[in-house]
Amino acid sequence: MSNKEQQQEYAQKIKPLQPKPPYVINCLKAYLVGGLICVIGEALMKFYMTYFNFNEETAGNPTAATLILIAALLTGIGVYDKIGQFGGAGSAVPVTGFANAVTSAALEHKSEGIVLGIATNLFKLAGAVIVFGAVSAYIFGMIRYAFKTLM
Amino acid sequence: MKLQGRQTWKFGDQVYLNSTGTAVGPMESEGPLGSLFDVRYNDLHCNEKNWELAERRLMEDSIASCLGKAKLTNEDINFFLAGDLLNQVVTANYVARGNEIPFLGVFGACSTSMESLAVGAALVDGGFAQRVVAAVSSHNATAERQFRYPTEYGGQKPDTATFTVTGAGAALISSEPSPIRIASATIGKVQDLGIKDPFDMGSAMAPAAADTIMTHLKETGMAPGDYDLIVTGDLSGVGAPIVKMLLKEKGIDVSNNHRDCGLMVYRPDQEVFAGGSGCGCSAVVTYGHLVKELMSGSLKRILVVATGALLNPTMIQQKESIPTIAHAVALEGIKGGSN
Repeated sequence: MSNKEQQQEYAQKIKPLQPKPPYVINCLKAYLVGGLICVIGEALMKFYMTYFNFNEETAGNPTAATLILIAALLTGIGVYDKIGQFGGAGSAVPVTGFANAVTSAALEHKSEGIVLGIATNLFKLAGAVIVFGAVSAYIFGMIRYAFKTLM
Repeated sequence: MKLQGRQTWKFGDQVYLNSTGTAVGPMESEGPLGSLFDVRYNDLHCNEKNWELAERRLMEDSIASCLGKAKLTNEDINFFLAGDLLNQVVTANYVARGNEIPFLGVFGACSTSMESLAVGAALVDGGFAQRVVAAVSSHNATAERQFRYPTEYGGQKPDTATFTVTGAGAALISSEPSPIRIASATIGKVQDLGIKDPFDMGSAMAPAAADTIMTHLKETGMAPGDYDLIVTGDLSGVGAPIVKMLLKEKGIDVSNNHRDCGLMVYRPDQEVFAGGSGCGCSAVVTYGHLVKELMSGSLKRILVVATGALLNPTMIQQKESIPTIAHAVALEGIKGGSN
């Protein structure tokens, strides 16, 4: 077993031989892909408001549902992972990334059956998002409630 | 004494690699060595219902084509040594269930190809077996599920990541003369220089490869130039320059005759990040391409150093680093030998 010094020496030594992640290009790609997903979302929202009598507050729900459907379909036909490799956080952060995490897990575990395969593993990747989403919503909700009652 | 030094086996003159078989998936078929593989699938599912069955099909195909070439059946084989990357080496277990050859499961991650070949050769050399079949497999989608994320998950991978080869390779080892002799083998020590990134296995495995190559040369008294090629298993574009650098520091120059299977199996323009990996990687390149070069005489003596990252996702999440290993087998072409 190597000691800490050897490990540090090795890490230093191999540094020049390792490819550097192209941070700037990756940021630009994430901006483009993330922005494009938001533009599609905006267009969908306008569409629901113009043709289906939704208002600005309620149009968010059908918009998110449509984006989720599109992302799930793109995952199923094997396109979303390619978008993800290109766009990085740009395609992972929006709701489409969440849809991809759920759909890809469902597809992956289909062979183990509906209950123990799909249902058990569905939130394998997305579970953390739900946990931290619920916990942070609770905390901020309490803070807001405290301010409201005190002021 | 067949043991040379501490960890090298020098086999007698009667251990031969009689026949090999390979089976690969679509990306490997499209690669530069594509036409050399025996069975090729255009579909990652290999006409099966799920990924695990697909991997099993690949291993079965590689064994069938290996034995077919030697005109032998399962009953002619004493022992079946096999392994893969999945938990409990399930692919090997289920293939062994089907072929009913006395079976030893082997695991050394991606080094399993040369581990099984070396152990098989030792069994034959020691007189414990007449004929041994050594087989390994890996499948891109089963490996993704086992070690990373679901196949269709859109997470971004860095350029240091490797791409698991979908393929299987089988080799028949016996004392019956053939154009390729298994000359020696060096069993590696587990090395760990603290790399924790499972998306950079080349950097993690390079020290293991360097140590095994160095030890092999020392214990056999060979010079790097005595080998036409020194081929590492799956160090990829990141690990290959590192192993050369580590060896150079020890005064061993392999800059002219070092190759890496991970860089040979795909074209540079195929989207495989730093290169191929998996036990299928070194197996299909060695059994599909290198043995043919040995038979034709364009290569006379090669050292195949299969590298393995003994990676476990739970250990990585517990912030452990990646232990790695490399096993080397020396193969020699015999002029005028007959199959």
